[in-house]
Amino acid sequence: MNAPAAPHKLIKGATGDWEVVIGMEIHAQVTSNAKLFSGASTAFGGEPNSHVSLVDAAMPGMLPVINEECVRQAVRTGLGLNAKINLRSVFDRKNYFYPDLPQGYQISQYKSPIVGEGEVELELDGGRSVTISIERLHLEQDAGKLLHDQSPTMTYVDLNRSGVALMEIVSKPDIRDAEQAKAYVTKLRSIMRYLGTCDGDMEKGSLRADVNVSVRKPGGPLGTRCEIKNMNSVNFIGQAIEYEARRQIEIIEDGGTIEQETRLFDPNKGETRSMRSKEEAHDYRYFPDPDLLPLEFSQAFVDDLKAHLPELPDEKKSRFITGFGLSSYDASVLVAERESAEFYEAVLTGLADKARDGKLAANWVINELFGRLNKESMDIASSPVSATQLSAIVDLIGEGTISGKIAKDLFEIVWQEGGDPRALVEARGMKQVTDLGAIEKVVDDIIAANPDKVEQAKAKPQLVGWFVGQVMKSSGGKANPQAVNDLLKSKLGI
Amino acid sequence: MTDLTSLTIAEARAGLASKSFTASELTDAHLAAIEAARVLNAYVLETPDRAREMARAADEKIAKGEGGPLAGIPLGIKDLFATRDIRTTACSKILGNFIPPYESTVTTQLWRDGAVLLGKLNNDEFAMGSSNETSCFGPVTNPWRRDGSNTTLVPGGSSGGSASAVAAQLCMGATATDTGGSIRQPAAFTATVGIKPTYGRCSRWGIVAFASSLDQAGPIARSVRDAAILMRSMAGHDPKDTTSVDIAVPDYEASIGKSVKGMKIGIPKEYRLDGMPAEIEKLWSEGADWLKAAGAELVEVSLPHTKYALPAYYIVAPAEASSNLARYDGVRYGLREGAKNIIEMYEDTRAEGFGAEVRRRVLIGTYVLSAGYYDAYYLRAQKVRTLIKKDFEDCFAKGVNAILTPATPSAAFGIGEKGADPVEMYLNDIFTVTVNMAGLPGIAVPAGKDSQGLPLGLQLIGRAFDEETLFSLGDVIEQAAGRFTPAKWW
Repeated sequence: MNAPAAPHKLIKGATGDWEVVIGMEIHAQVTSNAKLFSGASTAFGGEPNSHVSLVDAAMPGMLPVINEECVRQAVRTGLGLNAKINLRSVFDRKNYFYPDLPQGYQISQYKSPIVGEGEVELELDGGRSVTISIERLHLEQDAGKLLHDQSPTMTYVDLNRSGVALMEIVSKPDIRDAEQAKAYVTKLRSIMRYLGTCDGDMEKGSLRADVNVSVRKPGGPLGTRCEIKNMNSVNFIGQAIEYEARRQIEIIEDGGTIEQETRLFDPNKGETRSMRSKEEAHDYRYFPDPDLLPLEFSQAFVDDLKAHLPELPDEKKSRFITGFGLSSYDASVLVAERESAEFYEAVLTGLADKARDGKLAANWVINELFGRLNKESMDIASSPVSATQLSAIVDLIGEGTISGKIAKDLFEIVWQEGGDPRALVEARGMKQVTDLGAIEKVVDDIIAANPDKVEQAKAKPQLVGWFVGQVMKSSGGKANPQAVNDLLKSKLGI
Repeated sequence: MTDLTSLTIAEARAGLASKSFTASELTDAHLAAIEAARVLNAYVLETPDRAREMARAADEKIAKGEGGPLAGIPLGIKDLFATRDIRTTACSKILGNFIPPYESTVTTQLWRDGAVLLGKLNNDEFAMGSSNETSCFGPVTNPWRRDGSNTTLVPGGSSGGSASAVAAQLCMGATATDTGGSIRQPAAFTATVGIKPTYGRCSRWGIVAFASSLDQAGPIARSVRDAAILMRSMAGHDPKDTTSVDIAVPDYEASIGKSVKGMKIGIPKEYRLDGMPAEIEKLWSEGADWLKAAGAELVEVSLPHTKYALPAYYIVAPAEASSNLARYDGVRYGLREGAKNIIEMYEDTRAEGFGAEVRRRVLIGTYVLSAGYYDAYYLRAQKVRTLIKKDFEDCFAKGVNAILTPATPSAAFGIGEKGADPVEMYLNDIFTVTVNMAGLPGIAVPAGKDSQGLPLGLQLIGRAFDEETLFSLGDVIEQAAGRFTPAKWW
């Protein structure tokens, strides 16, 4: 609880600095075709109540049967979080009445979760990093959805989500500011997307967070926490924490005390408001679900899943750094999203000389491709430039056939019109001029035409850049810039 | 034709095979008997059209030589079993006119084997009761009466409709369920044979749940052999019920008539209650003598935690029930009352839909699971349950094959006689609840009558998944005691 604090942001109050203590419960929808305890489909966006089995509707006499795929997904996620996998876990009933909860209880795991303690490492701006401990991960059922806008007097219930498997991932109160909180959610999302255990689609509700926030004087005893429920955007999580921390600090500094309660974040107003107090909290009357035997599996089952795990973002990142000399920052950018990393890997695969051009390829993916995609608000899946085309462009630069500048023009052509970059270079005469004789003539012409600049360059060697520019312009950008540079330097005697 | 209803299943099977009568004739005879016996209130729904249709189909199959093990045998089904397109209510107002679009696994297997559905049988609401007086359809009358008396007696519960219908020859056999004695106690009160199999032997899928860790389906029939025949069709692994066990179903009927020579029969000293009627005591030792005469060895055994079984049961069962019955909330099916707002809807629906006994148990169950009470009640009761299980394990580990006890502490009592004090009613299950707590099989077999001419039963408790031994021993008792039929007064 009181582990040495990683570098983090403190909040200035009237009475000095305050530290924010944050713990999170992430609800991640398990990627599976069927629900946790029934065979009904988990597809998003069906007609209301079109994906509902007799079990999901809690018809009399219906019994839950565990979906093994969901168990595998939870174990895989646990392995991705470097967590202890519990070979025996127990499903409990969490009892409460609500119209979106057909059974009158949610099947969850209370005292014996499927996954125990683990940890994730977060990278923060400026090369800082912090490790956040995971308390547990357990499997549970999602509830249905209430539709209040279908009738002026009635509320309708859609049970399509009812019984869909969720993983609740509970962190220890190790998070210390909004930036870390955002990085934590982003990192968990990334790990699960690599694993294919949760699609991480926050807009569709596949990933939701409950955020517990309290404040204290740095190093002091923990304060009373408030829980902000059901956050479905990383940015809102950041805003809610900032607001909630300041709200609590103001109350305490004004001589008040924090009441433990559940709050909701209003993104329009940017503030949190009270939902229910501790006194109104439910008594869930947890007890082991007698319809289900304890969930037991062997270490061999776990080992087999472990052996088939994909490479996770942290491992991929270090491979990019050591294998291709990428900067830590660039590697982080590439691995943050599974799709980006996969695109970069595809570009690497297409390269003639990975060792030589791997880093160049990273620059092109990050700066040219991502830059352009961002500008057009497009995602990588809809990129007009394929990995194969980008590999070809990088190859052309790496082997010296075209200059970086020409490559940008080529990229633009491929983006707009498509086509094989190598063929385009041939067809449009974009090949770089490496014929020294030809370049020398252009260099000589320019030196002859600009005696004043020559004099100035002798005094101020940086002016060579002006000459390079002139030569490049005159050659239509096709001269090899390195050759031009070398020639100019020797001719100008600098 | 009426004498067709007095046949056992085994006899009817032979008659159908030899073409002495048809399945349709057999079914019609029962439908007529049901109609003439409505005063017993055993059936809450008669399904004559379905019955005749199924009987016709059975006749066709029998003619082609394709009849299953129960071809043409007319049965009654406890209203706790979901029957597709046929109203299923658990005898609770809260289910109203609920018509399930599905069929329970147990009944599916009965129809697979050719049985005929006569209708749905009365029971205590959600199987909570020991007299069938808590049914929203009103109490069931026991076909048995005290000698020279017109007093209406209860058939026991919760499977009172099943026991009454079988005893009064309104069906050849019936399905029932047993959570704390709901098969064995009514069987004992009506001179029928009832077996609660090992927990996990029959699928619970499609049976309205009372207490999931205790509920188990089983048959009530007029002979041990008939119970064995029905068990074979009802039992079996079901992937839709995780607690059902994947063990092959034996030919239970083959156990009938098997020698019990050399079997060790335990007589538990803790079942000898203070103030136990002499008649029960006498019945018990008579039963022991019969088994001894058949070559079994009697040994006194100790089940030291027996006295804690009933209190622990009345914590575990209501706890599970309080959660199992949460789904009856007026939102999706069944009764809905007070739709002004959601809280009012819950409160009014459940207050109106549940009877007093169900409300009592839901309240007890909610209480014992509450924060601050869980450890003192629920957790403790589960520990007691473990000790009760261990009592039996220790006993069986010493080579005991089965345990002989009385089935009930008394014979059937009058309607309304035991309503005032719920604990008095709960004491009916004193000999039977331990068996549910331990998940073991138990059979109740008629063994004699009391001084007023009412039937009394003995219970045999077996090792897990050893129903066969119970059938063999039960048959010995039946051979010695004979079978009992109530005089028809209705």
